[in-house]
Amino acid sequence: MLRFIARRTLLAVPSLLGLLIITFVMIRLVPADPAAALAGDNATPEQVAQIRAQYGLDQPLPVQFLKYLSDVARFDFGDSVYSSRPVAIDIVQRLPATLELTFAALFLATALGIPLGVVAALNHNRWPDFVLRIVSIGGVALATFWIAIMFQLLFAMKLDWLPLRGRSSVGISFAGGPTGFLMLDALLKGRLDVFWDAFRHLVLPALTLSLGGIATITRFTRAGVLDTMQKDFVTYERAVGYPHRRLVWVYVLRNSVVASVTQIGLLFGSLIAGAVVVESIFDWPGLGSYTVNAILTADFKVMLAVTLLVGVIYAAVNILTDIVHGLIDPRLRDQA
Amino acid sequence: MTAPPVLDVADLRVSIRGDEGIAKILDHISFRLERGRILGIVGESGCGKSTLIKSVLGILSSGARIERGEIRFEGENLLAMGDKRLNREIRGSRIGFIPQDPYLALNPVFTVGAQLLEIMRWHAPKSVRNHREHLIALLRRVQLPDPEAALDRYPHQFSGGQRQRLVIAGALACAPTLIVADEPTTALDVTTQGQILVLLRELVEEFGLSMLFVTHDLGVVAELCDDLCVIYAGQSVETGPTVQVLREPAHPYTRALLACHPDRSEHFTGIPGLVPSPLKAPPGCRFAPRCTSARPACPERPPHYVAAGQGHAVDCILHEGSGA
Ligand SMILES: Nc1ncnc2c1ncn2[C@@H]1O[C@H](COP(=O)(O)OP(=O)(O)O)[C@@H](O)[C@H]1O
Ligand SMILES: [Mg+2]
Repeated sequence: MLRFIARRTLLAVPSLLGLLIITFVMIRLVPADPAAALAGDNATPEQVAQIRAQYGLDQPLPVQFLKYLSDVARFDFGDSVYSSRPVAIDIVQRLPATLELTFAALFLATALGIPLGVVAALNHNRWPDFVLRIVSIGGVALATFWIAIMFQLLFAMKLDWLPLRGRSSVGISFAGGPTGFLMLDALLKGRLDVFWDAFRHLVLPALTLSLGGIATITRFTRAGVLDTMQKDFVTYERAVGYPHRRLVWVYVLRNSVVASVTQIGLLFGSLIAGAVVVESIFDWPGLGSYTVNAILTADFKVMLAVTLLVGVIYAAVNILTDIVHGLIDPRLRDQA
Repeated sequence: MTAPPVLDVADLRVSIRGDEGIAKILDHISFRLERGRILGIVGESGCGKSTLIKSVLGILSSGARIERGEIRFEGENLLAMGDKRLNREIRGSRIGFIPQDPYLALNPVFTVGAQLLEIMRWHAPKSVRNHREHLIALLRRVQLPDPEAALDRYPHQFSGGQRQRLVIAGALACAPTLIVADEPTTALDVTTQGQILVLLRELVEEFGLSMLFVTHDLGVVAELCDDLCVIYAGQSVETGPTVQVLREPAHPYTRALLACHPDRSEHFTGIPGLVPSPLKAPPGCRFAPRCTSARPACPERPPHYVAAGQGHAVDCILHEGSGA
């Protein structure tokens, strides 16, 4: 198993290197003269030359690339134009909020999608299957922002069950904790009031973000279970008297979730993308809203850092997906 | 009063609803398996052998319907038993099952120990205290090398013969009285097949079992089975003691089958014509269109056995009224 993990991790190195090269080339291609863009519209030629020297843009490309690598390795992305603080610090402060939201959505999508998929498969072509199919097409087709606003109107404004926006209530004083995950930090410090408040704030954005994922995982689990039910080993397990529930929820499901796990991995990427919209609507202080600002103000250092970060997260999720596959299916481990 | 047969199947008819209509997969299957004996069910592939086994175990697919007939196991009609009771008392408990291809029949993502112990967890008799030890002893008995370590391994890590030994142990695990085996040696090479047949014979005697042994291979039947029942296109055409039936085959299909068997004939002859699809099965005797001795009345004659000797019965117009 360790060899398997090591191999999968090594496989990610070329992709990450590729990402570094592409971002490096892109910075040098657009805009035409990065030094001029950095210096601003009213800069004199002397100022542009000075900036060019300061950023090493007058050096040969290989030297520039090495400098770029060493900057990235030291997490030195310079200062954000918008917040005038180091980009790395901004990101470290905002990343936990986004991860908290994404993980919550991923958890919801998995915890609801897998059982719903099994129920749909067991009722193949009967009414629960039809209902779930229609709902799951809806879950993919409906625009996130529309659902988000509908949720806000219903649960926050009309029913007043949940807060409208933000990550915590105004009156709450809480210094934060070591992880940056608000709910986790609150638990660690024994602040149940903060935990509950954070939870209530998380519900609507996480639910909104998870809807597409619930639909996807439901569909893939349903297809996986239907496919597995045709296998000879299911006939065997019925013939030797496995109880029906255990047969389905343990022995069939574990074979079926292989496809779902791939989807969960892919989903994580699209959740981070979806977080941009959801964070803006719910005023969630994460990377999504920060990135939107960066794009609007052409803050290319922030965009670069976020691009690299998302790339690393993608690679990490891919490795994790592979590891989970290996844990589920022993044949994969033995191949490695 | 004599004890009832272990398994008594009478006039079983099963149809399956599919995309192209209703197919009568089994149309009059009758046979009897007496205690302590091995009964071979022989028939070409597609004649309904697996469907017959699924009917006995009550695990037919949802489109299948039992139209008629009885399946009595130790005197009790299994067809009248609810699925709950079948799962609690019959499948895996009193009737053990050996599948055709254990590579496909074992779940690839669970250890064989987990899978076999799952059977024992629900079906082992109370007298068996330690399931794991009991299973290891059985695995040793079926000559699986290194049985302790085997439990923690996965199906793909065994050879075909070893996997067959694993599922044989699984069938024995909960002290059944009947073992149902669906072509258990078909997926194996000839040498391994021979070893498994010897093992099965020993186990039947040692554990006081009865066995329903399904195969398409008359040679295997001759080697292993006390009695046999020949099936053609979902109809049981002849049944009786193996020696007797092989020496004096009464049904034209059995004769043709024997004539084509490579051990028996110098040149391979084969039977002219094709096995009918169960969707368009001919009425009456399904073999009639290919039978060289067919009579005009064959399509009208409803299938039923007539005696052809001591314990030997045949479903054929040629023997009608000829007595024993
Ligand atoms: N679920 C099913 N739906 C439709 N037809 C089936 C189904 N199962 C089996 N059959 C048909 O029933 C016939 C007998 O199949 P089977 O019992 O598997 O034969 P055997 O085990 O003797 O090879 C075949 O013609 C097969 O195509
Ligand atoms: Mg078969």
